[in-house]
Amino acid sequence: MKATDFTDLVQRFDFLTERESADHLAVNCPADRLLELATALRDELAYDLLLDVTAVDWDAEHPRFTGVYHLYTTERHEYLRIAANCTDDIEPTLPSLSTLYPAANWHERETYDLMGIRYEGHPDLSRILMWDDYPYHPLRKEFPLAGIETPLPADDVAAQTNAKVLPAPMMGGPFVAPTEGPMSQAEPLAKDESWTEKEENQ
Amino acid sequence: MIQQNTSVGYDSKVEGEVIVTRADSVINWIRKHSVWPMPMGLACCAIELMAAGGSRFDISRFGMEVMRFSPRQADCMIVAGTVTYKMAEVIRRIYEQMAEPKWVVAMGACASTGGMYRSYATLQGVDRVVPVDVYVSGCPPRPEALLDAMMKLQDKIGRENAVKDLKATNEVLAATPGARVGA
Ligand code: SF4
Repeated sequence: MKATDFTDLVQRFDFLTERESADHLAVNCPADRLLELATALRDELAYDLLLDVTAVDWDAEHPRFTGVYHLYTTERHEYLRIAANCTDDIEPTLPSLSTLYPAANWHERETYDLMGIRYEGHPDLSRILMWDDYPYHPLRKEFPLAGIETPLPADDVAAQTNAKVLPAPMMGGPFVAPTEGPMSQAEPLAKDESWTEKEENQ
Repeated sequence: MIQQNTSVGYDSKVEGEVIVTRADSVINWIRKHSVWPMPMGLACCAIELMAAGGSRFDISRFGMEVMRFSPRQADCMIVAGTVTYKMAEVIRRIYEQMAEPKWVVAMGACASTGGMYRSYATLQGVDRVVPVDVYVSGCPPRPEALLDAMMKLQDKIGRENAVKDLKATNEVLAATPGARVGA
């Protein structure tokens, strides 16, 4: 049996464009047609498994955010990657697939938590990893790895212990393992080795 | 070399069946040989903690095998794993529910300093929310290292001023409205 390729899909969905991909079939889809596409893929083309929902932050480019979906068909054993650009760079939104695929529910909450993309029609779009009052979306490009000072989630614990969410000491990091050379010398190294850990003021 | 036992003075010729000692020594001796740990297993280190409790390493040889998953029945919290900021609150609340006197062991790099997680989500050392008595290095520490730490904790318990601390605690409790003064 011939594997599904782009020409098969574009015959049925003329709004798709092909997307460069190193492995599986990948398509670009306008955000407002995503729900329609996913419904048809699930009901007509047997893409019955949603494997992953994630997003990309392209930093200064427009469109800045791209939602990425990985579908799989347990009938033909094929993968399909769908990318949908968010039209708004400041308040990115995408339609929620949680009514089609229950798996989308927590995936979308995670993407909302870390990337700040709002999924319209989601039954409960709350944070899933960070705590509810956390003010940032940590996987966005402008967010520093070390974090930003914020109050601790619980006020009473914060008052008792004087603990705060503080930027982590990076100590010359992030630590990157060299990709070349023998494995025995591939110990992760700090990019900046001149650091000295400073005394923290409590 | 035989060490002189300074905490108990006993001479069967003189005292018969009476042992003379100090209240501190007796209380500490009782406490240190019946540590009831509470496993606060949060990540990979907890696996080594389980190994320490298993037959191969056998933490019960040292009198601290009674692992209790309820803070009300435990007096030593072993924080084994990565502490996120979201979890910090929970750890503090569980710590507060433990009965006095209580101790905390920070097991592994993560619990001691945040370890390799220099990130926005990880508390950089559990000592920022609870007072830690013993830190164990390693990622993860081997069960022997944990056993060593627990024996260090026993030494530390053995040096405490139990009676004085008890009085101080009772004074604090007496000054706290709603708190019940214990023994
Ligand atoms: S110190 Fe190492 S083994 Fe222990 S919890 Fe952290 S990463 Fe895991």
